[in-house]
Amino acid sequence: MGLTTARYWREVPQRYRMEAGECTACGEIHFPPRRICMKCGKQKFETVVLPDTGKVITWTVIRVAPDEFTDLSPYAVCLVELENGVRLMSQLVDVDLDEIEMGLPVKIEFRRIREDGADGVLFYGYKVVPA
Amino acid sequence: MAGIIGYGAYVPRQRIKVEEIAKVWGADAPSYKKGLMLEEKSVPAPDQDVITMSVEATRNAIKRAGIDPKEIGCIYIGSESHPYAVKPSGTVVAEAIGATPDIHCADMEFACKAGSEGMYVSFGLVTAGLVKYGLGIGADTSQGAPGDALEYSAAAGAAAFLFGKDNVVAEVRETYAYMTDTPDFWRREYEHYPKHGGRFTGEPAYFQHTLSCATGTMERAGMTPEDFTFAIFHQPNGKFPLRAALKLGFTREQIVPGWLSPRLGNTYSGASPIGLSATLDVAKPGDTILMVSYGSGSGSDGFVFEVTDKIDEVRNLAPLTTDYLDKNKIYLDYGTYAKYRGKIRKG
Repeated sequence: MGLTTARYWREVPQRYRMEAGECTACGEIHFPPRRICMKCGKQKFETVVLPDTGKVITWTVIRVAPDEFTDLSPYAVCLVELENGVRLMSQLVDVDLDEIEMGLPVKIEFRRIREDGADGVLFYGYKVVPA
Repeated sequence: MAGIIGYGAYVPRQRIKVEEIAKVWGADAPSYKKGLMLEEKSVPAPDQDVITMSVEATRNAIKRAGIDPKEIGCIYIGSESHPYAVKPSGTVVAEAIGATPDIHCADMEFACKAGSEGMYVSFGLVTAGLVKYGLGIGADTSQGAPGDALEYSAAAGAAAFLFGKDNVVAEVRETYAYMTDTPDFWRREYEHYPKHGGRFTGEPAYFQHTLSCATGTMERAGMTPEDFTFAIFHQPNGKFPLRAALKLGFTREQIVPGWLSPRLGNTYSGASPIGLSATLDVAKPGDTILMVSYGSGSGSDGFVFEVTDKIDEVRNLAPLTTDYLDKNKIYLDYGTYAKYRGKIRKG
């Protein structure tokens, strides 16, 4: 099942603005934000905006994609470590798949991440591109 | 005096050359390259549209302005390729830059001058004191029907301008708008591609409005072409803006920094705004700039800018327009381009 409009709308702060939750007790930054700190178990967070640059930690190339992404295949999905050490998963676009390597500098760009068919809502968020 | 306090551009990395399009349609590439003065054009990736490019251009403008986005009081995106027929582009962009909820928003349309309209209204609201900062954006992922002359030029890009009264980078010294009902280019509802009046788009449309608006703007400012350091005109191809400039008495050198269409194509609502962004990238304090947009239908907006000392502080706070134009380009074959632009019917 695809992303529902209600869930997409709830996730706008993290998908549009890269807003993460920083635990006020231990300083651990969670992205996406969580209700309970994975490190210390406390439940108070401050909103912080993540940096927009980082590097590729590892990646894979999707050649047999789910139905709604078949037109984009083959495409790369990567684990990125941002400048502040926070890691996130993202599609890596605008890149020659043969030139992806560990440590590749990347930056965050605002992209269309999926759409609910030809007549449905357009979902936006972040992807990464070579810096 | 109010003016631009931050500016930014965005151009996708994908390109297609005139030769690649011409060979599919059996057209003569050299005659297109010479006749329209076009080499290649930008192409949006499948996950890019007016909203995504507007966000990137605006983020660059905010970096240069150094303001809190919460203080932006209005956002106007001008485009003829808004992703939704009903639902604003501006809501997504405002949310993405963190400017909601205290902000007025409207999407604008007026063929290729919708972007300068957003700038015009933002400047007006700032001057009137109704908002502290105003945001005007010109962006398009323009479409040309397969094989049509427009396919060689219809490109993608965006530029965003923040207006305010403090820390101004380029003061607005004069504005003027010139408009008549001249149906030279249109797209009816539910139609995928625009249609145009062929040669009718030239003299009675583009040139009549562009030249009249430029003349009117200069008259009101009490200036002549010799008084300007730079000029930017709407650029549906490489040839028209050069001809307009020379007819008005400008030199080729005055338009070169903002004359991007030969290697960018026609970014429609983004065209003269991206030209202004590229010109500000090279401008020095005290330089004067004339910008005249053109939108089919038809009308032109004219602006006179005077660059301030602030330009040297903000220029390198965000990528330059030429960074997007000249670096990391990805060239497409026609098949991939057709897939990216939704030109292949699948069922």
